Amino acid sequence: MESFIFALFNGVLYGMLLFMLASGLTLIFSMMGVLNFAHASFFMLGAYFAYSISTYVGFWPALIVAPLIVGVVGALVERYGLRPVHSYGHVAELLFTFGIAYVIEEIVKMIWGQVPVPYDIPESLNFTLFAWAGLDYSAYRVFMLLVSVGIFVALFALLTKTRIGLIIRAAVSDPTHVATLGHDVPTIFMWTFGFGCALAGVAGVLGGNVLGTEPAMALQLGPIVFVVIVVGGLGSLGGALIAALLIGIIQTMAIFYDFGINAALLAVGIEIDAAGMFRDFARITTAQASPVIPYLLLVLMLIFRPRGMFGTRDV
Amino acid sequence: MLEVQGLHAYYGKSHILQGVDFKIGEGEIVSLLGRNGVGRSTTLKAIMGEVPPQGSILFQGKEIAGRKMHEIARSGIGYVPENRNIFPTLTVRQNLVLGIKNMRKQGRWSIDDMFDMFPNLRERADALGSVISGGEQQMLTMCRTLMGDPDLVMIDEPTEGLAPKLVEQVRELLAEIAKRGISILLVEQKLDIALKISNRLYVMGHGEIVFEGTVPEFTANDQVRKEWLEV
Repeated sequence: MESFIFALFNGVLYGMLLFMLASGLTLIFSMMGVLNFAHASFFMLGAYFAYSISTYVGFWPALIVAPLIVGVVGALVERYGLRPVHSYGHVAELLFTFGIAYVIEEIVKMIWGQVPVPYDIPESLNFTLFAWAGLDYSAYRVFMLLVSVGIFVALFALLTKTRIGLIIRAAVSDPTHVATLGHDVPTIFMWTFGFGCALAGVAGVLGGNVLGTEPAMALQLGPIVFVVIVVGGLGSLGGALIAALLIGIIQTMAIFYDFGINAALLAVGIEIDAAGMFRDFARITTAQASPVIPYLLLVLMLIFRPRGMFGTRDV
Repeated sequence: MLEVQGLHAYYGKSHILQGVDFKIGEGEIVSLLGRNGVGRSTTLKAIMGEVPPQGSILFQGKEIAGRKMHEIARSGIGYVPENRNIFPTLTVRQNLVLGIKNMRKQGRWSIDDMFDMFPNLRERADALGSVISGGEQQMLTMCRTLMGDPDLVMIDEPTEGLAPKLVEQVRELLAEIAKRGISILLVEQKLDIALKISNRLYVMGHGEIVFEGTVPEFTANDQVRKEWLEV
């Protein structure tokens, strides 16, 4: 039971990190219809900026400043890159964000190099907060969890309780009519894009020192974030949260409770011939299958429910 | 208040407005009449900037042609489109709040004014825009535009598809808007409503104005009615 709770804690933690990334992406997609392929690159920028800033002034200022810089970079990309491309349609936008992802990756390699940088967990949080049943719960990981829960609550309150949230939600369904009511939709788009990128930046600051800060980090996490928003339902913040938790928990559990397919089949009375044609298949363990699980979920969701769990429109 | 000169507009290669000229004075109610497809709705969209306009559109002495939609709205023009653009994921009250352009300044209308005029909306204040009836959606669209405190309201086919009782409510609202000194540019199919409330009328045909006059001048001119309005 204790080990289950430990695995659950880590699954929730990973899920909330995915949510921080996915929340910005789903906000951008639902409002602007832009599938931002460069979203995970802003996550990477957050981690690198935090590394550089924390080298000089420490982790805490970096936690605030790095996402702000990422947000401003995102807003500038929208204003001077994406907006002019917008009139050429969604395919052009998609290709543009694809290009931006590569540009950011190459810039990161030029500035910080090809190898991982030593972006470490801050000393002030690098201790065991509590131990339970022989398992240590890190203070930094609990902090990550609290920040991500705080972001969800703040984002939910922003969208449902504030006037700007009303405007964003209305612009999702009909931006033209929102403009005829006197609201500056292009500027709102720009800052929504910047805000979404800043959220990815926060995830980068918090996740960079746990997952490793390296030029390939965007490529590793980027596709999974798309799985989260498709499974959760395009444009649904609540859906993104549930999908992120689901994927985080399933992947973590698959690694934690590592068992072979052979053992599972034996448990239900099916025995596979050790020398037969299915022997390689039977040797696969859940830990090996873990990276594939989110994409399997994506494929099944697209076949059976293209609008995801809580989406209001098909992919 | 509004002076439109040589207004042209295109949908792709189709030349829809071919030099529209008209004007609206302060506190005046002006109706734009014509058969379907002559460019009445496009005229409103071109003024609002939803369709790119060519020509001159002076509002309160300032050129607004080519300006952004939100700037035109903030200059004091309210627009009620034909297709009742209710935001379905917002409640009735939230739809009304969204119409307010300046939260710090109390305009001519409050949410309570709207609820007093349309008690149905008060009863459904917390219902989502997607679940209220077509008539309620029409009222809500008009009320939401008024919450922005415009000096001129352009209303496109407000009574289309409404039951007679609701048509009467729309007529009362238009009278109330005029009573508060707000100019109205009305696009309306129902001739009796236009004749009852308008100060002046314009008739459109083939993308331009073909008649201009007061209500008595229009009713005295059978030829215009037969040639440009009757099917």
